[in-house]
Amino acid sequence: MKKYLSFFRIRFIAGLQYRAAAWAGVATQFAWGFLSIFMFRAFYETDPGAFPMEFSQLSGYIWLQQAFLGMFMAWFFDNGILESIESGSIAYELCRPTSIYAMWFVKNAAVRLSRTVLRCVPILVVAAFLPPPYGIPLPAGVVPFFLFLLSMILGMCVLTAFSMLIYVSAFYTVSSIGIRTLAVSAAEFFSGAIIPIPFFPDGMRTVLNLLPFASVQSTPFLIYVGHIPTAEAFAAIALQAFWIVALTSVGVLWMRRSLRRVVVQGG
Amino acid sequence: MIELKNVCKSFRVSKRGAGFGNAVKALFRREYETVEALRDVSFTIGDGEIVGYIGPNGAGKSSTIKIMSGILTPDGGECVINGRVPWRDRVAHVREIGVVFGQRSQLWWDVPVIDSFELIRDIYKVGASEYGKTLDELTERLSLSEILKTPTRQLSLGQRMRCEIAASLIHGPKILFLDEPTIGLDAVSKLAVRDFIRDIHREHGTTVILTTHDMRDIEALTERVILIGKGRILMDGPLDTFFENISVRVDGGDGGLDEMVAALYEELEI
Repeated sequence: MKKYLSFFRIRFIAGLQYRAAAWAGVATQFAWGFLSIFMFRAFYETDPGAFPMEFSQLSGYIWLQQAFLGMFMAWFFDNGILESIESGSIAYELCRPTSIYAMWFVKNAAVRLSRTVLRCVPILVVAAFLPPPYGIPLPAGVVPFFLFLLSMILGMCVLTAFSMLIYVSAFYTVSSIGIRTLAVSAAEFFSGAIIPIPFFPDGMRTVLNLLPFASVQSTPFLIYVGHIPTAEAFAAIALQAFWIVALTSVGVLWMRRSLRRVVVQGG
Repeated sequence: MIELKNVCKSFRVSKRGAGFGNAVKALFRREYETVEALRDVSFTIGDGEIVGYIGPNGAGKSSTIKIMSGILTPDGGECVINGRVPWRDRVAHVREIGVVFGQRSQLWWDVPVIDSFELIRDIYKVGASEYGKTLDELTERLSLSEILKTPTRQLSLGQRMRCEIAASLIHGPKILFLDEPTIGLDAVSKLAVRDFIRDIHREHGTTVILTTHDMRDIEALTERVILIGKGRILMDGPLDTFFENISVRVDGGDGGLDEMVAALYEELEI
């Protein structure tokens, strides 16, 4: 276990080094957050009845999304990992007494967390002081708040387990850009990163809620703003746990299979 | 103890002619060619031996090293190292081996070398006192004290290679695979690396398998040499004996070793 903690630490520290990038990110997230909120306000003013949630809940959702972008961005991939597959320096990782899957999983989670730690605080603080209904409301209660925290961690694991599948797929292609673009677009759209899932039409929403993508950011954020009531939150969290188990099992098995036929090219 | 018996490995290589027309054709129909990297490779290396593994580019040296270090799974044949099959028992196997790939790096690019060493220490669960002792020894032998705190990206190739070799010895492996450890090094670094390998071998009884194109490495370090060409083992024994049956004689002299080996390769048609 200690070795995985060490991986986590070295990656976490490396991630904390990019302060300028973090500030630039925070600025972008503010701009993006305000833009989204104003856009939704225009819809809301046209017909509040057609809105699936309160406007303040939506603002909360958007600000959480901006604050925790680092954790839930589907398009993030550890270039080090992809490069190690494409260039063959994975040869060294294979010479280590570690599970490659666990090691990569931990590295990924560490990068996501280190990015989030630097960025979330200023956004959360400012958004908390914005006048309602434009800021982050207080959590729906103590229990929902803790469920939200738990669900956040699980959501990050679901996403990391999903990205692991993309990494493994890179064993089969010379360049992983194609698969990455496809998978990321799908993940972004279906996870509610562009339009929150409650805004999708009924039939589609039912399906989306069952897909792993909804278990990423939508579940924790909707629990926080109270759109998913506590009673239903437990089921949603169980679904998250299910997807973690399912995605990691597939990933571990697939990786084992592909490592057996891996070819490290070049002298 | 390293035992290889009839190890075979082939790769599929895609081929196409030059030019736009052929590129379009290749979109619809790929032509593959099977390259047999290893055919029937067998040898035994005892504990504490130091063996040079030579052959022209593309002969199968790296593939053999990759199989022995558990990275590649061969198509057929047996390979047992210290009682284990490397690719089946990868995690247990790699604990006992150290590997240096001269053309790749195992150090973390943007953190100081010492951080990489500590990570490796944690990966192999090396105890604190043992790590301290090994680190002191490696630092002194390879003159690392100046460069341990420098990020890897700012090291020269010679400095980096010294760190790479040190990194592969932190967990005290019984077997050390060195795949072109002196590639691109200047004379001073080369000599330092050679001396170090010799010392480690002598004092710790580490089994060393070394591939290189620099025949001086072979001459300075190894008593036994295995020659591979086109995926087959062609010769196995002391380097001098290789030249006994060559019809083409080359004038020895100081720079003659390379010429002699070239003549040998030519003679063997590899």
